[in-house]
Amino acid sequence: MAKSNHTIASISHISKSFGSKKVLSNITINICEGQILGLIGPSGSGKTTTIKCLLGMERADTGLATIFGQKMPNRQILERIGYMGQTDALYENLTALENLTFFGNLMGISGAELTSTIDKNMALVNLTDSLHQIVANFSGGMKRRLSLAIALLANPDLIILDEPTVGIDPSLRLDIWTQLRTLAIAQKAIIVTTHVMDEAEKCDLVGLIINGEIFALGTPSELKEKFHATSIEEVFLKAEVSSK
Amino acid sequence: MIQFKAILIRVTKEILRDKRTLALMLLAPILILTLMNLVFNSSTDTKLKIGVADNVPSKIIQSLPSSKVTIHHYPNSLNRAKKIQSDNLDAFVGRSKNKLEITNENEDPTKSSQVKSIFANALLVSKIKELSLILKKTSLQTSTKQTSSNLKIKNLYLYGNSNSTFFDKVFPILIGFFVFFFVFLISGIALIRERTSGTLDRLLATPIRRSQLVLGYLAGYGLFAVLQTLLIVLFAIYVLKVAIVGNLLLVLLTNILVALVALVIGLFVSTFANSEFQMMQFIPIIVVPQVFFSGIIPLDTMAHWVRFISYLLPLSYAGNALTAVMIKGQGLGVITNDWLILLVFLFIFTFLNIIGLKRYRKV
Ligand SMILES: Nc1ncnc2c1ncn2[C@@H]1O[C@H](COP(=O)(O)OP(=O)(O)OP(=O)(O)O)[C@@H](O)[C@H]1O
Ligand SMILES: [Mg+2]
Repeated sequence: MAKSNHTIASISHISKSFGSKKVLSNITINICEGQILGLIGPSGSGKTTTIKCLLGMERADTGLATIFGQKMPNRQILERIGYMGQTDALYENLTALENLTFFGNLMGISGAELTSTIDKNMALVNLTDSLHQIVANFSGGMKRRLSLAIALLANPDLIILDEPTVGIDPSLRLDIWTQLRTLAIAQKAIIVTTHVMDEAEKCDLVGLIINGEIFALGTPSELKEKFHATSIEEVFLKAEVSSK
Repeated sequence: MIQFKAILIRVTKEILRDKRTLALMLLAPILILTLMNLVFNSSTDTKLKIGVADNVPSKIIQSLPSSKVTIHHYPNSLNRAKKIQSDNLDAFVGRSKNKLEITNENEDPTKSSQVKSIFANALLVSKIKELSLILKKTSLQTSTKQTSSNLKIKNLYLYGNSNSTFFDKVFPILIGFFVFFFVFLISGIALIRERTSGTLDRLLATPIRRSQLVLGYLAGYGLFAVLQTLLIVLFAIYVLKVAIVGNLLLVLLTNILVALVALVIGLFVSTFANSEFQMMQFIPIIVVPQVFFSGIIPLDTMAHWVRFISYLLPLSYAGNALTAVMIKGQGLGVITNDWLILLVFLFIFTFLNIIGLKRYRKV
């Protein structure tokens, strides 16, 4: 595993409430280049909110988020971040190509550079044949893949993917993880949330969030050791029981 | 700049793809205008049907203008209400002693007041006739020549002509209203879709400036507003034969301004709605009141504080400017003020929208 201590993004002591409801409390995570960070945790535990606080889409009540050494929120920094939300966030009336072109332009790429990166990423998600199809006619998995391709379009240094492999078949899922690893080896930093524990095993760092708190954070083997478990799945289940 | 262009192109493509919305924007106003034209222009002068009892002095009856009334004679001592109902009369006139008694059907109050004024006139005319007879006699005696000139009324019109109908009056305001209504609704719904589908989050996760997003929307919908206005105005001129006195370019520019104001207000209001249906719920609050204050109903008769409300509504300025250009043929000098105020609305709400997007991204 390519590891260096060059921090790409960090969240420190972030807390967040929606109204009177405390959603995050005192979250601290650090991610370095070349690392894949997997965020796992029960539904509603605060994974998406953590990501949104990091990106500056939600304002944390306390704490600090930095990316590339800059305090977030920061508009310019977004140029170097590929974000894929939990919803597909596609324009259904437009074709795949039109969606790609639109978001590519927003990231500041155009012309031949855009064309070549579109080809590359659509091949990665195995959608090259559907480039000119209207998105409304896509299947759920196809939309998810297109959404992933858009996130990777601008060759970002930090890639943030909120449940990227939902609705994607096993073999393509494997391809995508191979590709994520390739990107990590190219010194990108990647943050992924997932409910698939196999995928968590593939991360360099796993953060287990329960009820808005970091319940455990470490490499998969560290976590398994700590909870005397043989798999991350077992870690998850044990942690959920012990947190109640 | 590339971001602004991307938004503009995308908005345009989305509208063009969405055939139903496109049809709504372009064809619905034409359909409604055509219908309104039919309704208001078919109101040709129908004659009042008046029943007269035989004890009413014939002098008065003769003074009634035969172009406006048809007279039906009845014996006195009748149940008037029954006659009005059975013969479908608008009014029945009888006499008791030295009083004329007019029973109105009063199903349509405007007819009742017509009857009233016709009889008031008739009385006056017959009195004048009597007077002039007396005058003639006296002038004969004093042998001074009195040319009792036969006076007639000729109507002159400052704006329009004798064929001007209610439709002509409200047409300019209607154009402004349609542009406002459809742009308001469609742009608001577009932003709600953008929010619920998550594309707004995704947009704002790119380095686009919030102002580029709002301005891109303005440009895209502005384009369609131009198209819509052109279509409505040309249709009105060439098919409905509505006379537009002033400069067509001024009409177009005013409507573009209206569209942009509608757009920014639509975008602004949509932040308070969570679904397309909730956006519709704003129509009675935001759009309908503007119709009342835009000049369709005369404001001069309203209480002072009511008139004040109209100063707060953009459509009243639009109606003002469009009426000035289309009916009165006035130019830039007269409508500059209206334009300026619309521009103020535009700037304020554009600014509010740019600030409002901070809800979704803090920078
Ligand atoms: N805008 C909001 N307003 C109020 N509450 C919110 C808002 N967004 C999230 N929450 C609440 O915050 C909590 C955490 O939500 P979050 O989306 O971060 O969960 P998650 O871990 O991503 O869950 P999932 O795995 O289902 O995606 C939930 O209880 C949710 O109800
Ligand atoms: Mg989530």
